[in-house]
Amino acid sequence: MSARDEILGRVRSALTQADRSPVAVPTTHRGRVHEGDLVELFVERVEDYRATVTRCADSEVAGTVSRLLPEGTSVVLAPGFEWSVPGAAVDSGLTAVQLDSVGAVVTGATVGIAETGTLVLTHGPGEGRRLLSLVPDVHVCVVRASQVVADVPAAIGVLDPRRPQTWISGPSATSDIELDRVEGVHGPRTLHVVIVD
Amino acid sequence: MTGTFVGMPAFPTAARAALADSQLRSNLAHATSTIRARRLAVVGELDGWEELRLAGAAIKDNTLLHLDEHLLALEASLTARGAVVHWARDADEACRIVAGIAKDHGADEVVKVKSMATQEIGLNEALAAEGIAAWETDLAELIVQLGDDLPSHILVPAIHRNRAEIRQIFLDKMAAVGRPAPADLTDEPARLAEAARLHLREKFLRARVAVSGANFAVAETGSLVVVESEGNGRMCLTLPDVLVSVVGIEKVVPTWADLDVFLQLLPRSSTGERMNPYTSIWSGVTPGDGPQEVHVVLLDHGRTRALADEVGRQALRCIRCSACLNVCPVYERTGGHAYGSVYPGPIGAILNPLLRGVGTDDQVDSLPYASSLCGACFEACPVRIDIPAVLVDLRAQVVDAHRGGVPRPEAAVMRSASWVLGTARRLGAAERASGLVGRVAGRLARRSSSSGRPLMSRLPGPGAGWSDARDLPAPPAESFRAWWKRTEGGHR
Repeated sequence: MSARDEILGRVRSALTQADRSPVAVPTTHRGRVHEGDLVELFVERVEDYRATVTRCADSEVAGTVSRLLPEGTSVVLAPGFEWSVPGAAVDSGLTAVQLDSVGAVVTGATVGIAETGTLVLTHGPGEGRRLLSLVPDVHVCVVRASQVVADVPAAIGVLDPRRPQTWISGPSATSDIELDRVEGVHGPRTLHVVIVD
Repeated sequence: MTGTFVGMPAFPTAARAALADSQLRSNLAHATSTIRARRLAVVGELDGWEELRLAGAAIKDNTLLHLDEHLLALEASLTARGAVVHWARDADEACRIVAGIAKDHGADEVVKVKSMATQEIGLNEALAAEGIAAWETDLAELIVQLGDDLPSHILVPAIHRNRAEIRQIFLDKMAAVGRPAPADLTDEPARLAEAARLHLREKFLRARVAVSGANFAVAETGSLVVVESEGNGRMCLTLPDVLVSVVGIEKVVPTWADLDVFLQLLPRSSTGERMNPYTSIWSGVTPGDGPQEVHVVLLDHGRTRALADEVGRQALRCIRCSACLNVCPVYERTGGHAYGSVYPGPIGAILNPLLRGVGTDDQVDSLPYASSLCGACFEACPVRIDIPAVLVDLRAQVVDAHRGGVPRPEAAVMRSASWVLGTARRLGAAERASGLVGRVAGRLARRSSSSGRPLMSRLPGPGAGWSDARDLPAPPAESFRAWWKRTEGGHR
């Protein structure tokens, strides 16, 4: 018998005596009402992770991003990123080794989650392949205020599970040494978030 | 190492050694109190936490009760998304599958995302036997691996090590397996994390094959979810050409929407954060992005045995957050090694016997007793596993498994108790005898309780071990029934 059939058989025989009637699942966690300004909550929660947050108008994105990066930093842009950044090169399929010597990467995002201060990238146009926002040590992520949703259920509701996703809440961190949180291990050690109003 | 560490003594023996280690106790007390405070803060600020727990438990229960259907759905959606699905009855089969994939690609090393399932099946040791080096890339796992140590916590396997010990391990061990630690390394956590970043970066950039587990597997969409902090997970899930994920069959959730419960429950319960720094979600192969060959190994290894246990089945709801460890008064004092398994603490005390069965291994049989049944674990559990209830049921199973043959001391005691309590006449005789003991003990006792009652601090004979750490009040000189008779119910 194949392992597959044997495991499925074991599952079925384990459940022969079980009461298999469905258990009711509460859904009150969906559609919770959030009072106050969602974007302000998002800013507060992102800053809590020791990421920086800058708000600007659509026309100011290029200047804002440039000011966040130290002069002389090599910068790569996700293909399809909707703003131009002076001196930045659009990713042309750089390898991980090549990206390791790039200073910073600039991408967009699909969703911002206010309650948890989370950015979700789905790695389509403007967001780049997954390794693009991973290997360089600085990540500048630009999100529109209109992309900010209230909470995790709201985000799950709009995200497409067929897309690969990276949920980012602050810079890379670890609590593995005495459970003290330290920012900066393998992912970008600096995260700048730019919110376009 | 399959399930429990080879050669570990039963819990009471191992716990005694752990309790004598004051460094360990101080490291644990510091770490668990830190994480308890963080968890309480982020759980408290979320409205409707109890409803979320109920939802998490209900989704898992509904899934487990139709696990065969959800596994078939998961297999179908993974296959449709370009992943190759394998099934493994046990640890050996799972390890053979992973080693086979690595060898097919001529790999002599793999990079690993922290994964309880691969720990449980002893994958690193199995790969080493095939000449394949498995590099742990989670910081705590790296500390354990470099220190040739055993994990002692589900979330933070090196919780028993403090910063000074970690610095020494890095200085002593990194050079032999790759980039050495900087000579001027201090014990600042930021410097230690930096040393790990530099040491592992060359391994990430070089690796062709990665091995991961998964926190959740969505049947409807074929999506696997890995929740992490450091970015080592993202590195492993993104850079190599080939990705193998070993996933316990209980990790399946039916729908994408179900994640809106678990992605709230897990980070708040686990690291005490509103959200963990990184969560990666992938559904099979994405052309042009990440590994182009994706394997998923669905692992039984005792899970169907646990599924058949009417009371213990709920343990399969576990999302490996480790909140129960951090609140457990026993774990906080003994640490994880005393449990002799990759699953320590309250959840380990039920999961190990459920996965492996009772009655064959004294170490496993000792685990359901490694608890004071205080219930803190149940209160903390984000999927409401009633751990105390399962512990009590497993204790009964352990006793049942040892019926026949030479009776254990507690079985002999229970049998005589049952004989004595069986008739009023025998009980009366026993009370007169114990009253005599009480009068003698009252005269000999050197200590008394706060209410003035004499205490027996050392029992004779087979009771000596039990009384090592406990004081027993001396039996009263007169029993309640004798008093009632003498005073006509207190009227005389």
